[in-house]
Amino acid sequence: MATYYSEEHEWLAVDGDTATLGITKHAAEQLGEVVFVEQQEVGDEFEKDGEIGVIESVKAASELYAPVDGEITEVNEALADNPGALNDDPEGEAWIYKIKIADAAQLEDLMDEAGYKAFIG
Amino acid sequence: MHPYTGLSNRRYSGSQVDRNRCKIDSVGQTDGNAFETDRYEKVSKMTEIRRTPLYGLHVELGGKMVDFAGWEMPVQYPLGIMGEHKQCREKAALFDVSHMGQVILRGENVGEKLEALCPQAYATLKEGKARYGFFTNAEGGIMDDLIVSNAGDHYFVVVNAALRHQDIPHMRANLDGVEVTEIFDRALVAVQGPKAEDVVGALCPAARDLKFMETTIADILGVECRISRLGYTGEDGYEISIPEDKAIEITRAFLAHEDCEPAGLGARDSLRLEAGLCLYGNDIDQTTSPVEASLGWAMQKRRKEEGGFPGAERVQRELAEGPARKLVGIKPDGRAPARQGVEVQCLEGNTIGQITSGSFGPTVGGPVAMGYVSAGHGEPGEKVNLIIRGKAQPAQIVALPFVKQNYKR
Repeated sequence: MATYYSEEHEWLAVDGDTATLGITKHAAEQLGEVVFVEQQEVGDEFEKDGEIGVIESVKAASELYAPVDGEITEVNEALADNPGALNDDPEGEAWIYKIKIADAAQLEDLMDEAGYKAFIG
Repeated sequence: MHPYTGLSNRRYSGSQVDRNRCKIDSVGQTDGNAFETDRYEKVSKMTEIRRTPLYGLHVELGGKMVDFAGWEMPVQYPLGIMGEHKQCREKAALFDVSHMGQVILRGENVGEKLEALCPQAYATLKEGKARYGFFTNAEGGIMDDLIVSNAGDHYFVVVNAALRHQDIPHMRANLDGVEVTEIFDRALVAVQGPKAEDVVGALCPAARDLKFMETTIADILGVECRISRLGYTGEDGYEISIPEDKAIEITRAFLAHEDCEPAGLGARDSLRLEAGLCLYGNDIDQTTSPVEASLGWAMQKRRKEEGGFPGAERVQRELAEGPARKLVGIKPDGRAPARQGVEVQCLEGNTIGQITSGSFGPTVGGPVAMGYVSAGHGEPGEKVNLIIRGKAQPAQIVALPFVKQNYKR
């Protein structure tokens, strides 16, 4: 199992051809208090860089972009009632989707933890 | 995702104004003519962004600084927008509003002359009183909103930061025989909330005697300040004009009170929205009339009847016949905030208007919005749909404000 990071501030914990997806702690800090999360549904397919959700803070809406091609296999329903969890534990309990990865080769375009840390400075 | 959106220039620059097609080119840019004597210009020439006398304190307090109408201002402090918002509703919050334009008007019959530019009764504004108002244009649109105070031997006017370079020349050109002086050497600090009287009164007992919309001169820590009991949060509170060299010292003294915390532009916006107060560039602009903006309360009876201000014909016609559209409160049923630009539809599916301000209301505990709806719509209780990212979300028209105003009358 390895965790990858995107330039759009998502993390992807990969286990075989499945993965858990969320936003990074850095992104959550920058967003401020999250008040609403719009998620897609199980079975929805998506392409890399496609929009797969929206996260809204008090001030603004930010789109969530897919880091790879894939399909949603599970949605973290708890976020609908408790969007603030994204501020408390964005890299743990407040995961957003579980997905099936369509093309594992796309993972090579993502960063590892050290790379992401350097990316956000 | 682009998590910086809410805290970046995009949201807080003058683009709000530009987007609404005001006749202002690049708000926030340094306008050499209007600002040639601007003493706040103590900043990097590369960015041409201004800083208020409190800049150093904002940074020290951990303020997250953004470009707002050409000024480097704190959008929030470590407490966060929600915490700062609640602080203001429950105790007291302190805002730096020094970016707003402070102007002194001196001359004969200044109040009467202002009536030629504004639909307010400024000729009869008593000494020591302040009154909300606006400049109208020839078509009856709103050029800017402002507060005018009768300070006895002069009038004190506060205008929006982004429109200083429009308003100052406007007053100079149209207030014959009036000396128009823009103040560059004073900070403006707002202390707002139910504990504001305790916070300000502890340093300035005279502040306790003021009622809502009253103004006076009083000493704070031995320095002469102008103290006005007003604000733009829906709460009791004060705006205090302080000489710049004492601004940090006095602000620190307010913040030393256990019930007072600093708050930024983010909380200021959610507070004024819950209080049903218009933001220039969002809810009102050159195209919206005061009647459309539901600002009839801010125009006094005599002025509505007599006219004699720019665009009076439209304003009087709309007062008599009703406006083509009207600003109303809109409460989404669900949790998704409806932002500026969201389309409002009636249940039959026809477009009836647009959201002009929308956010999450921390005191309401859910999304709140304001927007225009066309004539025949807009009664409280009417059900509508908001088209958010292509999907219809149910909402309801509600009476403004969302949160009861808490002024000390």
